[in-house]
Amino acid sequence: MGRKELLGHSQQMTTGAPATATPSVSSRFNVGSILREPLLGPLVALVIAIIIFSAVSDSFLNPQNVSLILQQSVVVGILAVGQTLIILTSGIDLSIGAVAVFGTIVMAQSAGANGPVVALGSTLLVCVVFGAVNGGLVTTLRLPPFIVTLGTFTAIQAATRLLAGSETYRVEKGPLTFLGTSFRIGSFSTTFGVVAMLLVYLVMWYALSQTSWGKHIYAVGGNPQASNLSGIKSGRVLFSVYVTTGVIAAIAAWAALGRIPNADPNAYQNANLETITAVVIGGTSLFGGRGGVGGTLVGTLIVGVLRNGLTQAGVDNLYQNIATGILVIVAVAVDQFARRRSQ
Amino acid sequence: MFGERTRNLHVVGTVLMAGSLILGLTACGGSSSDSVKVGLITKTDSNPYFVKLREAAQAQADKDGAKLIALAGAFDGDNEGQVAAIENMVGQGVKGILITPNSSTGVLDAIKKARDAGVVVIALDTATDPENAVDATFATDNKAAGVSQGKWVKAALGNAAPQVVMLDGTPGGTVDTFRHDGFLEGFGITNDSPEIVGRENTNGDQTKAQTAMENILQRAPGINALYTINEPAAAGAYQAIQSANRAAQITIGSIDGSCTGIADVKSGQIGATVLQFPAKMAEQGVQAVVKFAKDGTKPSGFNDTGSQLVTDKPVPGLESQDTAWGEKNCWGTASK
Repeated sequence: MGRKELLGHSQQMTTGAPATATPSVSSRFNVGSILREPLLGPLVALVIAIIIFSAVSDSFLNPQNVSLILQQSVVVGILAVGQTLIILTSGIDLSIGAVAVFGTIVMAQSAGANGPVVALGSTLLVCVVFGAVNGGLVTTLRLPPFIVTLGTFTAIQAATRLLAGSETYRVEKGPLTFLGTSFRIGSFSTTFGVVAMLLVYLVMWYALSQTSWGKHIYAVGGNPQASNLSGIKSGRVLFSVYVTTGVIAAIAAWAALGRIPNADPNAYQNANLETITAVVIGGTSLFGGRGGVGGTLVGTLIVGVLRNGLTQAGVDNLYQNIATGILVIVAVAVDQFARRRSQ
Repeated sequence: MFGERTRNLHVVGTVLMAGSLILGLTACGGSSSDSVKVGLITKTDSNPYFVKLREAAQAQADKDGAKLIALAGAFDGDNEGQVAAIENMVGQGVKGILITPNSSTGVLDAIKKARDAGVVVIALDTATDPENAVDATFATDNKAAGVSQGKWVKAALGNAAPQVVMLDGTPGGTVDTFRHDGFLEGFGITNDSPEIVGRENTNGDQTKAQTAMENILQRAPGINALYTINEPAAAGAYQAIQSANRAAQITIGSIDGSCTGIADVKSGQIGATVLQFPAKMAEQGVQAVVKFAKDGTKPSGFNDTGSQLVTDKPVPGLESQDTAWGEKNCWGTASK
């Protein structure tokens, strides 16, 4: 453990292939290296889920339904990217959904008087400020992220209700609902929100795997003391992660209004738990330092496929929650065993 | 990074994941038939009112040979859950959707998309805002129900100078506004009248209503008339009133017609309530969709499924039924 594991992480990032001791044992593309890919588990689960549901319901694999699954996953999918970053630093963010909902109210309220650009700008500002508050409390006061974000979650939810005055706000069709606009690729119809979600994943994947900022995030999450010793300013890294999550929440707020052009303080109450579910099912470790946004995308899709498929099969909402809960426990258990084995 | 053992663990893990998916599916059949598919989306699964709606819809669907797909929001106020339900149902090829909207405005776009796809959309129990966003509405005339409650409470007060408290539900729903305004009309006052000494929102929830009533009793000790949005709110308010030993002085009116509520009227907790007919809403809704599937005629307009004042203390000039009738026609199960 300690520095050795930390350096092992860094090596993983730069070479992009499992480290092998002797060249004669295995070459880069053999079955062994594929089977060791951490995304394999979630991907197999996704494929199995798709196979099962398409057998149960003949409309499951229709292009419209596939498009629907993607569209229904957009808001939680975008938020899950932020949650991935924070979980990689072995933190957790319970306030992420509430920040986005607050953002939708700000966006809808300022749109009426001030126009779309000011609305988008104010939303970005507000969400970044909340991210900074979380980050500040975690880094300067050294409070556990769970406690900090539990507090900000409760406060922001209440603030949202105060700001909205128990009303909902309709948003006119225009730049603010842009991410809900659909377009066709051949015969497949999808929305710009789905495109935005995929872009966020792409950008974060690049940042996490190819930049030093990304490597520092893994280092801080995997072993904060060792990373401090090797010169990484973990305080700054953590703060930047929380601020980035604020930006992501603002994007999610924009996507939410695109999907349902009605800002509602009651919306997305469980988004925080749903993002944690997607991250954990995707294979990212709750204890930090291992995983990535690729897994989260697969996790988001698994949850989306599960909900859509079970709904089509007529399974009650409550049983859907049971199935999702079991999935999360299994995913965390696998992660736990993997962690213990690799020590 | 992962060794041989962890690779096996991943495989085991995915098998377990797949197993939990199959677990979720064991309860269902999932074979598609050629019968007409009718979708029903209620506000929640748990409120006995919506359970009654669903049961009546299922019975009517079975009678007409249609297949009912019933979904609901996750909680009272859950708009996204209902939007997703509408989208899923359209994808499954329903001919019509019956919905009790959680948000009278938030669900409008999803409804429009469904109607554009040729699906007939009918609002049950709660109107959308605007009302013509759906093809037709089958609901209680909530305004008329409020008027009945208002007239009865006014008459029951006799010559006493009224001091009225209003316990409302959730702002943003048309049901709330109509019942409230109807009560004012029946009672003969307005929102600005000095007779109204207190007003609180309760989300129709018993616990919130109790807290609200306790607070109001502190600042308005002279109240003698209480309007409640529904029977759970009345039950919660009664708890507070009884703890303050003021039950004899306060006349309580309500709306809903649940069997629990009728029992409360019988025991004297609630003075009078106004019964709704959720079963009628569901039956007429299903029938309308089946008709549309058969010959393309769409239902239209607001279809009042009626309301009935129920009390054991009738007042002259106001038609009402007693609690024996109420017990036969109520919905839900009496529970205490």
